Amino acid sequence: MADNLNIHQIAVVPEQVTNIFKPLATPSESIYQISLLTLAICGVIFLIVGGLLVYTIIRFRTRSNDEQSEPPQIYGSNQIELAWTVFPILIVFVLILVTARTISDVQNATHPPDSLKVTVVGHQWWWEIRYPDLGIVTANELHVPVSDPAKPRRTVLKLQSADVAHSYWVPQLSGKVDLIPNRDNYMWFDPKQTGLYLGNCAEYCGTQHAHMLIRVIVHQQEEFDRWVLEQQKPAVDNREVTAGRKVFLSTSCVNCHTISGTIAGGKFGPDLTHLMSRDTLGAGAIKNTPNLLRAWVHDPQKLKEGCLMPDMQLSQQELDLIVAYLSTLK
Amino acid sequence: MTSADALSRGIESAEWKLPSRRKAALLALILTETALFSIFVAAYVFYLGKSLTGPYPKDVLELPIIATICLLSSSLTIVFAERAFEQEKYSAFKLWWFITIVLGLIFIASTAREWYRLITKQGLTISTNLFGTTFYSLVGLHASHVIVGLTLLVLVLSLSLRGYVKQRHAEHLKMVSWYWHFVDAVWVVVLTVVYIIGR
Amino acid sequence: MAVQEVALARAPEMHPSIITRLHELVVTVDHKKLGLMYIAAALFFFTVAGSMAALMRLQLVVPNNDFISPQVFNRLFTMHGTAMVFLVGMPILAGLANYLVPLMIGARDMALPRLNAFGFWMFFFGGLLLYFSYLAGAGLSGMGSAPDVGWFAYSPLTARAFSPGMSTDYWILAILLGGIGSIVTAINLIATIFCMRCKGMTLMRMPMFVWLMLIVAGMILLAMPPLSAAQIMLLLDRFLGAMFFDTQAGGSAVLWQHFFWIFGHPEVYILIMPAFAVASEIIPVFSRKPIFGYPFMVAAAIMIGFISFGVWAHHMFTVGMSSIGNTFFAVTTMLVGVPTGIKIFNWLGTMYGGKIRFELPMLFCIGFLFQFLIAGLTGIMLAAAPFDWQLSDSTFVVAHFHFVLIGGLLYTIFAAIYYWYPKAIGRMLNKKLGLWHFWLFTIGFHLTFDTMHIPGFLGMPRRIYTYDAGRGWEVFNMISTIGVALQAAAVLCLVINLLWSARKGEKAGDDPWDAWTLEWATTSPPPAYNFEVLPKVRSRRPLWDIKHPEDPDWRYE
Ligand code: HEA
Ligand code: HEA
Ligand code: HEC
Ligand code: CUA
Ligand SMILES: [Cu+2]
Repeated sequence: MADNLNIHQIAVVPEQVTNIFKPLATPSESIYQISLLTLAICGVIFLIVGGLLVYTIIRFRTRSNDEQSEPPQIYGSNQIELAWTVFPILIVFVLILVTARTISDVQNATHPPDSLKVTVVGHQWWWEIRYPDLGIVTANELHVPVSDPAKPRRTVLKLQSADVAHSYWVPQLSGKVDLIPNRDNYMWFDPKQTGLYLGNCAEYCGTQHAHMLIRVIVHQQEEFDRWVLEQQKPAVDNREVTAGRKVFLSTSCVNCHTISGTIAGGKFGPDLTHLMSRDTLGAGAIKNTPNLLRAWVHDPQKLKEGCLMPDMQLSQQELDLIVAYLSTLK
Repeated sequence: MTSADALSRGIESAEWKLPSRRKAALLALILTETALFSIFVAAYVFYLGKSLTGPYPKDVLELPIIATICLLSSSLTIVFAERAFEQEKYSAFKLWWFITIVLGLIFIASTAREWYRLITKQGLTISTNLFGTTFYSLVGLHASHVIVGLTLLVLVLSLSLRGYVKQRHAEHLKMVSWYWHFVDAVWVVVLTVVYIIGR
Repeated sequence: MAVQEVALARAPEMHPSIITRLHELVVTVDHKKLGLMYIAAALFFFTVAGSMAALMRLQLVVPNNDFISPQVFNRLFTMHGTAMVFLVGMPILAGLANYLVPLMIGARDMALPRLNAFGFWMFFFGGLLLYFSYLAGAGLSGMGSAPDVGWFAYSPLTARAFSPGMSTDYWILAILLGGIGSIVTAINLIATIFCMRCKGMTLMRMPMFVWLMLIVAGMILLAMPPLSAAQIMLLLDRFLGAMFFDTQAGGSAVLWQHFFWIFGHPEVYILIMPAFAVASEIIPVFSRKPIFGYPFMVAAAIMIGFISFGVWAHHMFTVGMSSIGNTFFAVTTMLVGVPTGIKIFNWLGTMYGGKIRFELPMLFCIGFLFQFLIAGLTGIMLAAAPFDWQLSDSTFVVAHFHFVLIGGLLYTIFAAIYYWYPKAIGRMLNKKLGLWHFWLFTIGFHLTFDTMHIPGFLGMPRRIYTYDAGRGWEVFNMISTIGVALQAAAVLCLVINLLWSARKGEKAGDDPWDAWTLEWATTSPPPAYNFEVLPKVRSRRPLWDIKHPEDPDWRYE
């Protein structure tokens, strides 16, 4: 990976923010607006009704001197009932208008033709990411260009699932949208700042639902173009690791993983063609370091219990060779 | 002495009539069954035309005319039976009741024949395609209700043949008959959805 | 009086052997015994499911904790949620209704006593079956396992391919049985309320409790079958190769969600209506005023019942419905706030101008009012569909529904226990211990669930067995877990109180709270036949009429 793509250097947003009240794209901002309004309205209702309740409790508590007598028996009042039916209806009316507008703004937006189109496919428990127009297939980490106010650039995600229902949620970019088998859903955003955006799978999808993390990396346009070029190349074929390559291609890894330019064409697991360009392994479960990569290939079940990659029972030697080979897949 | 005793005195009792609990319970049961059928009907309608492979309804379904006539007319015969019972004409009652059972049996037999044909000749089972899945479950759910109804009918007939059914059981009979009408009404819906719209 | 004579005649057999007593429980068709059995079973399941929650909270107390494996955690929340809804909420409802409705309408039993017993045993064995899955869920081979698909069991996670073994089948069958039990209870309630009222008890003179139970019963009749139907379809899928929810064969995953929530949303109102029912009895008595706006309370409850069948897809704002669909369900959902508001305001109106006595039942009802208000308002936030796109499936939702279910439902269950225990057992519960229970639970509850809203804003999804440090979630999760310890201590206070007071509690007398409805007109505990002579009523508060002959209610109605 080219050095200038190191996300820690380009990170402008503090790395760990997933606060829905710090939106950095148009959809999340629209949502932010309506959230503030809703919170304010509900807050006021709470203060009024809660205040009345406190007042009533204090004002009408039994005092020790008048235990015996009963208070005047009041059975109701039509005017009062009418009042507290009509006011809430008015409030609801306001809320509904705002809600309907925001729904339509976010959901029915039309996208400029130069929008970046990406297909995200949910798998138990990782994300397959395809750029159909660019011919790129990768996993877990989504790279997109920033949307300058001067040069707006949108990303439109087509969301699908290969198995069960998942949900794509990057709080700072947009609300969540589910990925459901046999169905196409859509999501869009126009990130206002470069950097790393975190998120999670938000629909329970089985054992490792917790470790189905999302990383969206937002680049300057030029950086993004460079990343695209890197990704479009076939896998590096380094002479020094031919042995490892051979071992890899002769084990059943190839049934589940793809490495372009080789016979490895499995679709069940993440594409490994540019494995080393990714920052994490196992959908954010662990950092992508040489040691952890080795540990992963040795026994993924230790690092991500229950994940769908089996313990491959490799010998130490095979392990060394395969990891050496994988480490070259920049 | 409890306050209940005090409460039981003093108020002149006006007319106090309450509905029969059997009727209330049966109507509640019918309501809940209606909800059950609605969901199966909804699933059927939702999956209309969504099967990925054949056979499709238009290829294999035939209008079950005779079965329908039998089932619908059995609603009539059971009313005749009831009426005969009210007028204490017990042999007429038994006869009409028996005819009702026969009509119901014909219906079930024709469903069985239809299923046999579909499974063996057309190769349509519950796991063939979405049509098979929704068809067998909806029609099967209805058929199972017909069978429950038939069981009740037969029970009543055998009891009355031994002379156990008396005038004070009139309401029991009425409940069986209401249930039977309900099963009939459901058939009208199933027929419309599956055999008329769905084809 | 004759009642005492009967009691005397029974005296020699006061201490039957344990076998005799158990046998009596198994064969009983008495609505009061069945009611208490329901409540006892529900409290038992509550401690079990609550302990499971405590385990989950322990796992989440710090980031990257490995106290519990992911598989076990997933089973825990599935079983916790399922048990709390189907083995705690529903049977408590059935128990309270069973015990109280015949007494309140001046009847000797439910309309269909044997069906009643049948319903109880369906529920009870359903519950046992659910937990039995821990032993047998994997089938005959190997270790057992419980269901781990979440309490709403979204397809296709429940398909054979993704959920092998038998655990999901246990979930289906257990809930199917419980569902039949609930339907049977509902039918029985309807028949009882329509056909067994004592002389003079017109519909508009029924206690609010009875009205709400009638509405709940109606809702069960319409809401339970969709779940049963969907479960039958799922069983057909799993055993006969049907394709209702098989996405490979063109089936739809979203269909299950629709069916589930067509049941699921009315279900949550089915759970909260009994809470309303309890509050509507207790608040007037301890404010010393009749319920404010009785006809409006009835109408509002009916409105809630109706609207609740048209809001289900607010649980599905993120599945990619059309903007029209989203808007429609946002509208209907917010509309529910109106009749619910009417109820809250009327309770307030009842208290206003009264003389409020802070006995334990009232304390819990006041807690209910506050907490339900907050919970309802967070519900409104979720109903604003775009806001929900952020909040859905986050811990904010978890906080919302624990606020309604605990802050709302559980608080009124506690209130009901303190209020009617003297009637059912004949002795008062200890007030000091009760206060400990109230304050410990209240503090614990707020520690646990107030804090839980915030990680939701900060992007924490629900149902994750662990999380990384550094996203600002740690503190809140820590506090949340600490709160559970207080809640557990509080529940322990309640359990001790229930057991201790049954023997040592102060004698209650017929009418310890100076209340107005018919159950207080008979002895505590009531005789097997409830009323020696059936009462006749002329107003909504028959006992008030006796106590205040100078100013009876029937003059005003
Ligand atoms: C007892 C149960 C109960 C009750 C009563 C409610 C009541 C409400 N609920 Fe809740 N809800 C649940 C139990 C309950 N809920 C559960 C269990 C879930 C999650 C299921 C799961 O996913 O596992 C859930 C989830 C849930 C969601 C989906 C969240 C998601 O998963 O994305 C939504 C969205 O709209 C919602 C909304 C509401 C609303 C609007 C109400 C309203 O009824 C509240 C009405 C009350 C008030 C509004 C307050 C009083 C009113 C006033 C003071 C009048 C003035 C107010 C206004 C005019 C606004 N709930
Ligand atoms: C009525 C409903 C109800 C109630 C009362 C509760 C009560 C509690 N719930 Fe529950 N909960 C649900 C309904 C309920 N819950 C539902 C529907 C879900 C969703 C499930 C899903 O996602 O599928 C859920 C999910 C849920 C989660 C989310 C899991 C996740 O998404 O990651 C959590 C986590 O904190 C939680 C916690 C708690 C806690 C701490 C309590 C506490 O209030 C419990 C307090 C009780 C105790 C601590 C027990 C005390 C026991 C003793 C003292 C032992 C005494 C023993 C003897 C005397 C023998 N619940
Ligand atoms: C049965 C299918 C299967 C086989 C065989 C398999 N894998 Fe995997 N692999 C997966 C799956 C599924 C994942 C994703 C796991 C997750 O994140 O939950 C994965 C993930 C990985 C990752 C991490 C990729 C990333 O970006 O997160 C690496 C590296 C990897 N596998 C290497 C290998 C090697 C090397 C072999 C052979 C020795 C192998 N795999 C064999 C299914 C398989
Ligand atoms: Cu994927 Cu949760
Ligand atoms: Cu809901």
